[in-house]
Amino acid sequence: MSSLSATIQDVFNEPGCGKNANKSEAERKKGCTKQLQPGGAAGGCAFDGAKIALQPLTDVAHLVHGPIACEGNSWDNRGAKSSGSNLWRTGFTTDINETDVVFGGEKRLFKSIREIIEKYDPPAIFVYQTCVPAMIGDDIDAVCKAAREKFNKPVIPINSPGFVGPKNLGNKLAGEALLQHVIGTEEPEYTTPYDLNIIGEYNLSGELWQVKPLLDELGIRIMACISGDGKYKEVASSHRAKAAMMVCSKAMINVARKMEERYGIPFFEGSFYGIEDSSDSLREIARMLIERGAPAELMDRTEALIAREEAKAWAAIAKYKPRFEGKKVLLITGGVKSWSVVAALQEAGLELVGTSVKKSTKEDKERIKELMGQDAHMIEDMTPREMYKMLKDARADIMLSGGRSQFIALKASMPWLDINQERHHAYMGYVGMVKLVEEIDKALYNPVWAQVRKPAPWEKAGENWQSRAMAQAEAEAAALAADPVKAEEARRAKKICNCKSVELGVIEDAILANNLSTVEGVREKTNASGGCGACAVRIEEILAQMVSASHAIAAE
Amino acid sequence: MATVSVSKKACSVNPLKMSQPIGGALAFMGLRGAMPLLHGSQGCTSFGLVLFTRHFKEAIPMQTTAMSEVATVLGGYDNVEQAVLNIYNRTKPEIIGICSTGVTETKGDDVDGYIKLIREKNAAVAHLPIVYVSTPDFKDAFQDGWEKTVTRIVETMVEAPKSASRRDPTKINVLPGCHLTPGDLDELRTIIEDFGLEPTFLPDLAGSLDGHIPDDFTPTTIGGVGVEEISMMGQAGWTIAIGAQMRRAAEAMQKKTGVPFRMFERLCGLEANDALMAFLTDISGRPAPMKYRRQRGQLVDAMLDGHFHIGGRKLAVGAEPDLLNEIGGLLTEMGAQLLVAVTTTQSPVLERLPTEEVLIGDLEDLENLAKAKDCDLMVTHSHGRQAASRLKIPFFRMGIPMFDRLGGGHQLMVGYRGGRDLIFDISNLLMADHEDNHEPTPDSWRDGVGPSHAATSH
Repeated sequence: MSSLSATIQDVFNEPGCGKNANKSEAERKKGCTKQLQPGGAAGGCAFDGAKIALQPLTDVAHLVHGPIACEGNSWDNRGAKSSGSNLWRTGFTTDINETDVVFGGEKRLFKSIREIIEKYDPPAIFVYQTCVPAMIGDDIDAVCKAAREKFNKPVIPINSPGFVGPKNLGNKLAGEALLQHVIGTEEPEYTTPYDLNIIGEYNLSGELWQVKPLLDELGIRIMACISGDGKYKEVASSHRAKAAMMVCSKAMINVARKMEERYGIPFFEGSFYGIEDSSDSLREIARMLIERGAPAELMDRTEALIAREEAKAWAAIAKYKPRFEGKKVLLITGGVKSWSVVAALQEAGLELVGTSVKKSTKEDKERIKELMGQDAHMIEDMTPREMYKMLKDARADIMLSGGRSQFIALKASMPWLDINQERHHAYMGYVGMVKLVEEIDKALYNPVWAQVRKPAPWEKAGENWQSRAMAQAEAEAAALAADPVKAEEARRAKKICNCKSVELGVIEDAILANNLSTVEGVREKTNASGGCGACAVRIEEILAQMVSASHAIAAE
Repeated sequence: MATVSVSKKACSVNPLKMSQPIGGALAFMGLRGAMPLLHGSQGCTSFGLVLFTRHFKEAIPMQTTAMSEVATVLGGYDNVEQAVLNIYNRTKPEIIGICSTGVTETKGDDVDGYIKLIREKNAAVAHLPIVYVSTPDFKDAFQDGWEKTVTRIVETMVEAPKSASRRDPTKINVLPGCHLTPGDLDELRTIIEDFGLEPTFLPDLAGSLDGHIPDDFTPTTIGGVGVEEISMMGQAGWTIAIGAQMRRAAEAMQKKTGVPFRMFERLCGLEANDALMAFLTDISGRPAPMKYRRQRGQLVDAMLDGHFHIGGRKLAVGAEPDLLNEIGGLLTEMGAQLLVAVTTTQSPVLERLPTEEVLIGDLEDLENLAKAKDCDLMVTHSHGRQAASRLKIPFFRMGIPMFDRLGGGHQLMVGYRGGRDLIFDISNLLMADHEDNHEPTPDSWRDGVGPSHAATSH
């Protein structure tokens, strides 16, 4: 376990992560993980995160060492796509029983590895540690080492048992396992000046294939995609790539940064969500490859391709402009991946509500990212009634969000589009953005909404359950308005930092008592924004308001 | 009749089995205003949550004590207390149902002791119903978690009537196994009510997970059987238990309250429903309503029409014991041969199955045996899709999870009508497969054997 905790400390000390670099030394030690709240937590564990990150490697046998819950309840449930082997969709688990818990599960694990090699002969086996075997002291590193020697085949331990933290930690621990045991262990058959790694892309719904034809056209080879539609050998020899793109998500930044450190492969953070972002990313890829020795004409070809694709996409989107006039979208994203669709949605004539951003300069984009990160976070904490009220208040015509809020939107008869990982459509690159606009149009104009909103024959106007719930909420609001003391209590009770559960009143008191003027100061005194950091924007707003209020008082 | 064996493999491949804590959690979801809480790391809950959400296409209430590594080693009292208080404050549940997991069972947390202490220390939850069930993942299966949870609810929440004279002969308790869908429960409710009887279902997933549009925004379960109604189940005239898994709960009910019970190991197929009709006629004193006499005729007719397609089929079924018993039994009664039967856990029904061998194993076993025995119809949950497509044989989805088709929660099996529809669905699947893949050609008989429906004929 000691080596695992060292690895965890190491991934927390990620200098490539901007958020992390802004934290104090003490906060950094605590890590980037959200404090888990018993009875109020949602989301997967570290094992889940590790498996999500690595399972898209298609020709690897993914063996889960643990009781049936870890694999039996969850296997074959990801939307990644493979162009070749389907072995990754086979569920392998040691399914340990009571006897194993008492006497140890290492023998069963070793035998399981042997059975998999005899029956399926994969190029590699990844062995995932889970909580129960970690507790009883099963040493999967030792078992994997013994199996590697005995069977002369890569058997890779993935040390990320669920109870060490949440999903995002698991993503990083999975990356560490690749760095430690896989990357750089094999050599590619040949190399070209156009060899690119894509890191942190899972090929959900086959979205990578919306972009790959463009790279193919430019002669750029995806040497390894970690991990969507990836193969073991590609990842093992990915250290020979010339450049890397880290898809806009911090999940595997440790892999990108350490590959730069060890093998001199420069990387950039980019995204293929949204038209401008796709173009920016293609340019950056070309620029980096040229810097590493590719002929300069690559940039000319890239620019020509960008011009052609952009024109095609904008023309396709322009058709929807008249249909989208006056339509409002409530965009709530679970991760930071989808914020870059904002520009395209606005270009299509949709108005975004819930976020007050009109144009997308670089700083604005950062701001959207922050805002939406926090809103997504808030959604998890909202009661369904609050969520419904937000939909109504926003007067949105459609909601775009991750899966968790789906049933609230649908049960409120609100058009809804899935932009999360379980979605069925791919939205990457130029064609993907056109597809997204098309799907929004389909959802908005579906006649089903008029049907399902019709009252039942026995229902009186204004007496359906939604109106009743809203009336109740309004009555509660009116009661608050009539009682200034209670209203002030409610105002102060508003939760600002969800990770650390810090309320507005606590922050205001701390600012006044300590004369604070920075987010860092607030964090030190109240712990607010000491988790994911997304609420820093809100704290800045509170600081600004209080400063202007105190100036006003001083001026009197 | 059948011998039961356990797979000897070290590595389970393509699991058929799901874990028992989530079976327990699903049972709690059939209670009104309930919040199921898994005592384990947050992944234990999130995997179950995703599984149920994809199956029922509903928002699923389920919480976690979010055990960290340190908490796991030191013991989870603080986490259980915080979770209970958090759930109480945020969602105001009528009941919290706690299931343990492998993580907390390995340490051996004394959750019953924790609950006692939590009640003493926190007046707000002193009288909140909290039921705890021990359900380690490394033992048993989904069905067992359901069985243990329902039994525990009966033991702890049903009140013994003060005197036998308080018993109401029109009130009937129904203890359904987890192999019944919300649609099945609705059908059964209608049947029982048509005899002038008033059923109370425990658990009642029909009220909570039947896909209706709710009339309130609530973060706990909606519909389902209420705490008060459960406490009064001791006053019923009879208990009907469906599926062998419910025997323990029915016995617990009888022991505690004296309410006699009648087991229905099956409720799918002609004989099983004749027995149900006879029983309901007997206890209600009413003759079977006309509509069931007509429905019986329809089922008989469906069996006659369907036997042309189902007769002679070589069947491979992967399901939990009671579901295996229902569907294996129905299709065998129509002339199919149950050649491959794979299940998840021990049960007394297994050795009575109309087959030679029942294997407690996984979907790799099901696939390999189906191939070896040349099977031409596979029935299992959605995870059988890869195996069926490799074998190129018709695949009928039954059981949890059913994530790649709609309507899993409404698939009907019980009653004359349920059997009738099921026979139609399966027969239609077989007819479509015949049209698509097995139309005769000039060469079909050249080898002297003729066209087969099994995989090897492709």
